[in-house]
Amino acid sequence: MNLSTSMALSISNLSLSAPDFTLLVIVALPLLGMVLPLLTGGRNRNVCALAAAFAPAVSLALLIHHLPAIIDGQVLFFHVSWLPLIGLDLSLRLDGLGLMFGLLITGIGLLVILYTRYYLSEQDSLGRLYALLQLFMMAMLGIVLSDNILLLIVFWELTSLSSFLLIGYWSGNTDARKGARMALTVTGAGGLSLLAGALLLGHMAGSYNLTQILAAGDQVRSHGLYPLMLLLVLLGAFTKSAQFPFHFWLPHAMAAPTPVSAYLHSATMVKAGVFLLARLYPVLSGTELWFLTVTSVGLATLVFAAYIAMLKHDLKGLLAYSTISHLGLVTLLFGLGTQLAAVAAVFHIINHAIFKASLFMAAGIIDHETGSRDMRKINGLWKYMPVTGLLAMVASASMAGVPLLNGFLSKEMFFNETLHLHSVGKFGWIVPVLATVAGIFAVAYSWRFIHDVFFNGEPIDLPKFPPHEPPRYMHLPVGILVILCLVVGVAPNLTVAPLIHAASSAVTGSPLMEYEIALWHGFNLPLLMSLTALSGGLLLYSQRRGLFAFYDRYFHLDQKVLFESRVQRGVVLSQRLTERLENGSLQRYLAVLVSAAVVAGAVGLWPLAQFAGPVPLTPMDGVSLLGALILMAGAVGTVWLYHQRLTSLLLLSVVGLMVALIFVRFSAPDLALTQLSVEVVTIVLMMLALFFLPQATPNESSAPRVIRDITLAGAAGLGVGLIVFAVLTRPYQTIADYFLANSVSGGGGTNVVNVILVDFRGFDTLGEITVLAIAAVGVLAVLKDLSLQAAAPSGWDREPHPPILAVLARVLLPLALLVSAFIFMRGHNLPGGGFIAGLITSVALILQYVSSGLDWMQQRLNWNYRSVAAAGVLVAALTGLGSIALGYPFLTSSFTHVHWPVVGDFELATAMLFDLGVYITVVGATLLILAQLGMLSRPAAVFQEKN
Amino acid sequence: MEILMAAVIAVLTGCGIYLMLRARTFPVILGLTLLSYAVNLFIFVMGRLTTGSPAVIGSGTRYADPVPQALVLTAIVIGFAMTAFLLVLALRAKAELGNDHVDGAQVAGGTGHFDKTQLDKTPQGNIGPENDE
Repeated sequence: MNLSTSMALSISNLSLSAPDFTLLVIVALPLLGMVLPLLTGGRNRNVCALAAAFAPAVSLALLIHHLPAIIDGQVLFFHVSWLPLIGLDLSLRLDGLGLMFGLLITGIGLLVILYTRYYLSEQDSLGRLYALLQLFMMAMLGIVLSDNILLLIVFWELTSLSSFLLIGYWSGNTDARKGARMALTVTGAGGLSLLAGALLLGHMAGSYNLTQILAAGDQVRSHGLYPLMLLLVLLGAFTKSAQFPFHFWLPHAMAAPTPVSAYLHSATMVKAGVFLLARLYPVLSGTELWFLTVTSVGLATLVFAAYIAMLKHDLKGLLAYSTISHLGLVTLLFGLGTQLAAVAAVFHIINHAIFKASLFMAAGIIDHETGSRDMRKINGLWKYMPVTGLLAMVASASMAGVPLLNGFLSKEMFFNETLHLHSVGKFGWIVPVLATVAGIFAVAYSWRFIHDVFFNGEPIDLPKFPPHEPPRYMHLPVGILVILCLVVGVAPNLTVAPLIHAASSAVTGSPLMEYEIALWHGFNLPLLMSLTALSGGLLLYSQRRGLFAFYDRYFHLDQKVLFESRVQRGVVLSQRLTERLENGSLQRYLAVLVSAAVVAGAVGLWPLAQFAGPVPLTPMDGVSLLGALILMAGAVGTVWLYHQRLTSLLLLSVVGLMVALIFVRFSAPDLALTQLSVEVVTIVLMMLALFFLPQATPNESSAPRVIRDITLAGAAGLGVGLIVFAVLTRPYQTIADYFLANSVSGGGGTNVVNVILVDFRGFDTLGEITVLAIAAVGVLAVLKDLSLQAAAPSGWDREPHPPILAVLARVLLPLALLVSAFIFMRGHNLPGGGFIAGLITSVALILQYVSSGLDWMQQRLNWNYRSVAAAGVLVAALTGLGSIALGYPFLTSSFTHVHWPVVGDFELATAMLFDLGVYITVVGATLLILAQLGMLSRPAAVFQEKN
Repeated sequence: MEILMAAVIAVLTGCGIYLMLRARTFPVILGLTLLSYAVNLFIFVMGRLTTGSPAVIGSGTRYADPVPQALVLTAIVIGFAMTAFLLVLALRAKAELGNDHVDGAQVAGGTGHFDKTQLDKTPQGNIGPENDE
């Protein structure tokens, strides 16, 4: 259903077709294909390479299969709901832009796989590199085919992660590790920024579906948050595409094996950033902010990186900076915002991918054959490896923008577009001039790549000498790409023009005006710029020595050292912060937590103009006041005398009793009964524990500490009191009416509290008695093998079992059991129920333990309380399951009225069976805890035997 | 009456938190119990203060809100289980570490300030000094 709406909103000039399952195959196949090279990696390198090529080849074939339809203007969709509530769906879309990138990713991927087969030495695991390459390929295909921006970000992060593994492939090499870490930090941070931007964008457009977002351009651009969202998204794109000032990670990523550089850092990963600009172009572009930001960043990157590229002595360093520069060119074109600029950008993406991948491969061959990448050493290779030289020359000429090659065509279009800037007024000349300057640099570094390596005298101290041509198949991928440079350069309209048209239409999202890709436009300004660049570049290269000397004298900024030192400083700072906050003292943690709660509460309460609400106060009576005063006195006394632990405990029990009275006072008999019996059990338990603990608390808190704690506690208490007062004096709405109305008819009981517990919210209660049983078992586990000496003064156990108490307790037991049975039975209709009855039974039994001793009880009541507690949970759960067996939902209750002699009309509900489970659990858990604690002072052997 | 309840809950909270900030396990458990009372009462009074009309159908014309009561009833029982668990933890800590300081460290000089080096000096392993007999 989502699909139909997205189709209806889709761009009007594109006709649509039915959902296409093959899109999923295109993306997912490389993921499955990962396994193949890993399985075959150990055997034969050729088999391994073939296995690795399988998935990309199928994906490429499927993409080519869709080519006619896409060029025809169709858009293919695939949609599966994934997490519809948060707007994340497995939605894929194949349009011109996605197809163009898909072809580059799979096509160049295949060539890289072939090249890697011969590049990688025997010691390195071929299978692992192939697997990582395919993982990366899957992530890239996912980015370019996503029709959901959240899905796109999932793939985006996956490219960052897989490229981290690829850059760090030679993990023994410190440069590789540092380069990988730097790339991950920069692109990962950008990814987070992009995520924030995408969430904003989805919020503004009302959907995370890309097709719907693309249709909501006006709505997004007029939104107040547009500038923030744009900057966040651009940050993601610029970090990924290594735009100035985030460019520094790319040169360091050159520590990767060269096939990885050829693939990731020329054709694919760094293109993900410009892909994002292209993908969101219809939504984001067309504003002043877009124009200024994207154009200036692109221009700065273009010129700066071209300048640095010229000065690098490392072959791959030169290519890396050249890549940054060309990415800047593409970014600049998207920033210009005209239709033809978009066409030129798309065209240049293709051209750059082709010539740069072949140049990286050529650089890899040279590195492979000479053992060095330093252009000051590798000179005069022409006579040793002429084929490589020829291929590199053509590709390099394309990079420089020499006519009859593809690089010339898009560069010419670029020059032409820079001349048509009207919006910047009288500064319009800056862009074409700087573009020409960058062109001069580009020619200089392209020419340097050829002249330094293949001519310029003889090789100097090569690690491998003499170099010779690599295996034939290593030339093959380079050759294919170089031939593409030529073919596209000579006959663009017969080859890539339809694809460019389809991709550019998808970028702009509107019908394109007429344009022509031509080799010859006559003598015009762009041609003059090209010629200036060519001649200027050659001239500049001839003056290179002075330039190098100048550069060496003034620029010594090592970004890796800088980056690493900042990372280290960050680590040290966070360590210091952690140590300050987390010093191992629980007291401090608690103080911090309470402070945070007080601050958060204060921030929340601050806007309240007055604490008293409109509801009038109920009158106060003397008895209540007296009770409250006793309670508060008890609480303060507990604190005041806390150094004398027994006294403090007795005062605490006063507080507990008064709390029970509060429940009585305000119409909560069930709570009062529960509180009363729990109070008894708790105090007995604490006395037992106190028997083994020091009897007094040392006075060890310093005065400032006491003042701090009183302040904190006072602030917290005051805050809670204000909240209570503010709430109580305001009108309220309750969901109680439903329970009150349905208690009798739906639950068969008049005691609504009990009906809620065993019927309406029976599932919660089941969970809670389970927790109770688990706590009891936890107590058992903690006490295992524990033996403590009594710390209490000897007077405590002078007469352990006073006869009067023992006799009275024994008399009371049957009475107490009768009361608990009564309380249990009537619980559904009157105050009572399983919890309370269970506690009363427990108290009665505990009294026997206290009065007559463990041994006496064990002779008479030799139960395993662990099993009792478990049985209780089981009864409750089985009651619930019973209703499933009868075809009702879990824990549905049913009830009937029976007439008991003497007692009278009585109601029998299955909920009562559930309540029985609660009762048994409470008895089992309570006695388990207390009896275990009571057994502590006995020898461990007896203790073990029992449970 | 509302003011009185607010004061009761405030005092219980304040006393509870003060005790929880103490350095020995037993006062911390006492504090936690006080805080539990406060929290239970807090949830309970969210259903407002009603007098003489329990949530038993047929007992009168208006009824107290049964929902917070049901919540608090289980909270009281679970609170007991939690207290019990903390108590045995305290006992175990006493046996393992030889003292009842919450940070497991015997604080020298009674300054009340936690000294991390003390933590490293306390005996590790299953047998504390009091377990030797």
